[in-house]
Parts: sequence; C-alpha cells; structure tokens
Amino acid sequence: MATTTTTEVTIPFVEALAAYEPVLGLEVHVELNTATKMFCGCATEFGAEPNSQVCPVCLGLPGALPVLNEKGVESAIRIGLALGCEIAPWCRFARKNYFYPDMPKNFQTSQYDEPISHDGHLDVELEDGSTYRVEIERAHMEEDTGKSLHIGGATGRIHGATHSLVDYNRAGIPLIEIVTKPMVGAGERAPEVARAYVAALRDIVKALGVSDARMDQGSMRCDVNVSLMPKGADRFGTRSETKNVNSLRSVERAVRYEIERHAAVLASGGSVVQETRHWHEDTGVTTSGRVKSDADDYRYFPEPDLVPIAPSAELVESLRATLPENPALRRRRLQSSWGYSDLEMRDVVNAGLVETIGETVAAGASPAGARKWWSGEVARRANAAGTDVVPYAASVGVTAAHVAELEGLISSGRLNDRMARDVWDGVLAGEGTPTQVADARGLRLVEDSGAIEGAVEKVIAANPDIATKVRDGKVQAAGALIGQVMKELKGQGDAAAVRALILARLTGAPSAE
Amino acid sequence: MPELTRADVAHLAGLARIAMTDDELDRMVGELGIILESVAKVQQAPIEGVEPMSHPLPLTNVNRPDAVHPSLSAAAALAGAPEVDQQRFSVPRILDEE
Repeated sequence: MATTTTTEVTIPFVEALAAYEPVLGLEVHVELNTATKMFCGCATEFGAEPNSQVCPVCLGLPGALPVLNEKGVESAIRIGLALGCEIAPWCRFARKNYFYPDMPKNFQTSQYDEPISHDGHLDVELEDGSTYRVEIERAHMEEDTGKSLHIGGATGRIHGATHSLVDYNRAGIPLIEIVTKPMVGAGERAPEVARAYVAALRDIVKALGVSDARMDQGSMRCDVNVSLMPKGADRFGTRSETKNVNSLRSVERAVRYEIERHAAVLASGGSVVQETRHWHEDTGVTTSGRVKSDADDYRYFPEPDLVPIAPSAELVESLRATLPENPALRRRRLQSSWGYSDLEMRDVVNAGLVETIGETVAAGASPAGARKWWSGEVARRANAAGTDVVPYAASVGVTAAHVAELEGLISSGRLNDRMARDVWDGVLAGEGTPTQVADARGLRLVEDSGAIEGAVEKVIAANPDIATKVRDGKVQAAGALIGQVMKELKGQGDAAAVRALILARLTGAPSAE
Repeated sequence: MPELTRADVAHLAGLARIAMTDDELDRMVGELGIILESVAKVQQAPIEGVEPMSHPLPLTNVNRPDAVHPSLSAAAALAGAPEVDQQRFSVPRILDEE
C-alpha cells in the first residue's frame, strides 16, 4: 500500500504559481507547560528518566480514571480567546480510537465535534508590511503520545525497524491543537504566510505563558496541508498532509516544495494522492508516508470517564482579563517608542532581543545604546558560540543593568566610545561590572585639562605643516592631529574635547569647554 | 436497518485488532445480527425533544488542581511489560513491511 518514491518530479515555483492557486491548512500542536499531565498528576518535566513520570492513568491500566487538569482547561480557553475564538459554553472530550504503541490506552482522549474554542482568526504580518488574516477553525484540547525509539532500521527511522522502545513520560501531556480554515488567496506568498502564521502563533502562546513553544524540543509541532487548484477554479484539489515540520524555516520550505510537487503531478495530467507525507530537513523534500485508508476510521465517541466541561461566562471573562497585549501590536508600539527603523526593529525581533532591550531601557539606557550594545559584540560572540543572544548573555552573566551602567559611564564623560568597547569586552569575559572593569583596566578619560593642553601643544609643534593647513581653513586636516593627541593620551582622551581644543588653538574658534 | 454483512464483521474485527477465523466470522455475522436487531428497538422510542445523553450524572467541570502527584517508579511501571529494554517498553515492529 505505502509507496515510497525517492525522487519526485517538481516544477519551478514560479511556473507552479502561474497555473495554480495554492490552498493551505495548518494544524499546530502546542504542548502546554502545566506542571502535570492533562488527566493525571504525573509531572511533565522534559528530559526525565524514561518511564519515570507515568501512572496507571497515563499507562492506560485497567480501572484507572482520568481527572481533568483545571489549568489545562484555563490555558486552552486563554489560547482560544487570544485567537479571537468563541468559547464553547459546554463541550466534551471524545475517544479517538486507534492502535499504535505510543498510546497505551488504544485511544487518544481528544475533542471531536465539540472543541472548546472555535471560529477565530489571527492577523499575520508579512515582510512587505501587509497583513494576511488566517481564519481559525478550532482549537481543541487533547493529550500527547509517548515517544518511540525505533531499533534495527536505518538512523532511527520506523521503516525497516525490527522493534520499537516506548517511553510514556510524554503520554498524557496536555496539547492544544489549533486548526486553520483553508487559507486561500495567498498565491506566491503562501510559503511566507505559513511561516509567518506559525511564528505569530508561537509568539502568542509564549506571551500567554502557556507553553515554551520550542519547535526544536517538540513543544510546538506543525502539520502542513497543501493542495492546488487551477487558477480561477472554485473547487479545492486533493491535499497532502506533511507531518512534523518542526522549524519555521521548514514550514516555509515544505509548503514551497509541496506546491512544486503537486504542480508537477497536475501539469503532467496526473492526480495528487491524498496521503500523509514526511518532511526531510536535510534534503528539503517530502516523501510518501501512509495513504489515507479505512485505518483512519477512528470511531470517535464521547469520553464516558470525563464529565462535560462548561466554562462559566464569569470564568471566561476573568481569563480574558489576563490576556497579554497582542505581540505584533506590542512590537509596533515599542518600535515607535524606541524610535527604531523597520529594519532595526526586524533585526532586534529576529535576534530575540525585544524583551532584553525593554529591560535595558527600563534600567536607564537609551534605546539606541541598548540596541548597539546588545546587537554588536554580544551577538557576534553568541553567534560564534552557536547560540542565541539571550541564552548566551545569561551564560556569561551579562545583564540589562550592565548595559545601562556602561551607557552611564559614557554619558557621564568617564569613558569614550573606544574605551567603552574595551570595558564591554571585559564584562563579556566575566571580569565584573562595567565600573569594576573600567577601574581594573585603569580606563578613564583624561580629565586633567593641563595634560590635554600639553599634548595638544606638543602635537601641533611636531606637525607644523598640518597645523598650517588647519590654520588656512582645511579643518578636516585636524583629524590627523586629533589622532596623535589621542595617542599621546593613550586613547584616554575625549575626542570631541580634543578636537575643540585643537581648533581653538589654530583657528581661534571658541573651545567647547 | 441494513443487514450486517460478513465484510462488516471482518472490518470491525480488523479495527478492534481481533483475529477471527472464517468459522468465527460466519458465526459472528449471525450473533451480532441478532444483537443489533434487539438493540434497534430503542430506535422506536419517542425521543423528540430529548437531548442525547453521554453521561448519566448531571455533573460538569470535575477538575483537579495542577499539582504533581508521585508517579509509579519506572520499575513498577515496567513490571507488567512482556519485554523491557533501556528502561522502555519494547514493542513489536510497528509498520507492516511489504
């Protein structure tokens, strides 16, 4: 039944888009960060010893009875509200029956025709500044499955495995599955829309504090449905469902690849097979998984062991009052208050620095200074260490308060910019706070006006030719003199003050002092 | 109500992972047919205006706080497993190879 083709024909994206309109559907699973599982009190800690966070309920032992985690329900409602959904005043869980070793009960407790929230939307911002509205079909509660290790096949894949080893620590961890309505009309921007949607969703659940939303750790996972229809058609084509596309970049690439592959099938007169496909991060292609068959007869029925959920209007309103500001709107507000350009703000967002810069400004630094110090040397070092800025800064003990302190040393006139860079290197090397580093390294602008004047006189005397040029009005020639004075002062002069003094001596312009 | 066929029974047995011999399938078509016929009588009940009932008790929102309870030890959890390897449940090959 399952046919695995290693190389499949694709046609270039531009050609595919010239003939067909892509239709997307995204299913995103968000693992909640509750302390316990959805239906039992087992802990949910990531990376625990195998099968150390299990009990009769999540192992599906006979006679065990599930009891619903109240925080799981509240998190589900908050996600629904943040996505503009209606919250069902009454709904139930359902059993989704299937046999697979990662679900020891032989059913997954999920929701079927009565999701806790439905009919919402999420506006996603695209690179060109435009907005695409993604309509949300539903966001329902369910539970995660166990984790399987496949033994005996190539590189841990299920194909060719002789047996599998299952760890049920993850079985029963609360999941919210968020399903979009068909996304039509994005055209060539479909891959970008898909990525932007998943990114926006990630930002929202993180802002809500209900999930770590770490795609690399599987706490947020995405299934991508793609179909094509000829331009101008009003009936959707047959879709493929690509499972477990687990990075933002992969979401974009998988959508693009499937559009190119479907178009090739359709253009050659073939028909797309409705099937599950696997995404291969390394080669950037999808391969055929399982053809949909009657094995997908899940025989849903209402879960008899869990009573219905009926969130009161008061509960829903009290949860609505806890919703954070929409992350996209918040970014726009911060950008305007910080005075960043679109490009600067995008860099800050992409580097994951929005919160850090907020803290740094709150600690007293200027927005421009906060951006400069965080995205310069720290970002370079984090990149070299193969990590992001925030975890890197935490690992070397650099804080928002350090940046604010460094800025203070500059604005009070103790350090010039070059000295501040030296100090910052010292802070990043773990030598202490900026003040401690400046003290230890003996960095301080020369404040002794006699010393500065002495150095200026000495340099002017040693360079009569340049001095004459400046006297004759070639002010830019003063740069060479400033450099030499700074050298005399061992780099610890205030360049602006030195410049003013030189010009005053040679042209009679009033000194800044 | 359409009559239960042998193919229906084979399909259900497949979904429920119950291996049945040809003889058993033949017998089950008859037995299940009688059971369905008997249960089908409820379809004659006057149910207009009656909400479907999935739970016999008029309860909603039976929840627990999000507080950790001790789990089983891994040894206890694995005690009933036919095979254990690397502190995990060892299960037979999942995919049918062609």
